Amino acid sequence: MAKVISIQEQDYNLADEVALLEQDNDCDGAVVTFTGRVRNKNEGLKVSGLYLEHYPGMTEKSLEKIIAIANQRWSLGRVRVIHRIGQLAIGEQIVFVGVTSMHRKDAFAAAEFIMDYLKVQAPFWKKELTEQGEKWLDAKTSDNNKAKQWQSSE
Amino acid sequence: MIKIIFFAALREQLGCGDYQLSATEASTVAEVKAKLVALNPQWQSTFENQSLLSAVNHDMVSGEHKVKAGDEVAFFPPVTGG
Repeated sequence: MAKVISIQEQDYNLADEVALLEQDNDCDGAVVTFTGRVRNKNEGLKVSGLYLEHYPGMTEKSLEKIIAIANQRWSLGRVRVIHRIGQLAIGEQIVFVGVTSMHRKDAFAAAEFIMDYLKVQAPFWKKELTEQGEKWLDAKTSDNNKAKQWQSSE
Repeated sequence: MIKIIFFAALREQLGCGDYQLSATEASTVAEVKAKLVALNPQWQSTFENQSLLSAVNHDMVSGEHKVKAGDEVAFFPPVTGG
């Protein structure tokens, strides 16, 4: 399995990322990608943007571990994770997870697993800019429950 | 020395991004937290927050985790990336 992790302020180009996953990779028939974007509303409040902070060093280590677990669990070709930091406006891309494998089942499952664990383990924090001012987001119980499901399911 | 760093809402509540303790002042993560509160009583309510997470040298750990000179100890709120 080949993996690349990037934590960056700048945007990424989805088509370029897919091209890199597919280039010289004729053995993998499945490419699954996920893009997370900044929504215009959260919990009923209009959102004007996000600020994303992270813990340099630990973030990369944490993502490496998540990808290593996914690779033990499924048969994977390439894994690409991009997470943006800093100031982000409505509609901007925040996170990208791309996974290739021979067949779709492994690629779908691993992409979802990586996102679910990133949500609860990777040290990123979002501050929301709303019409009522700035607010650090609280972690969601639903995200924790979603990640826990992988402990019992195949 | 033990290097201590705070992130996100915790850093803003404390009004402080990093701190240093001598390795003789604490031998576990829980003791680091207790020492920080002893030295800064105004931080007590913030550190009583049960949901605070801790990491040593970039690995998430619990309060009983041992610390030694040269370690980097981080405290932060539950993560909200993705």
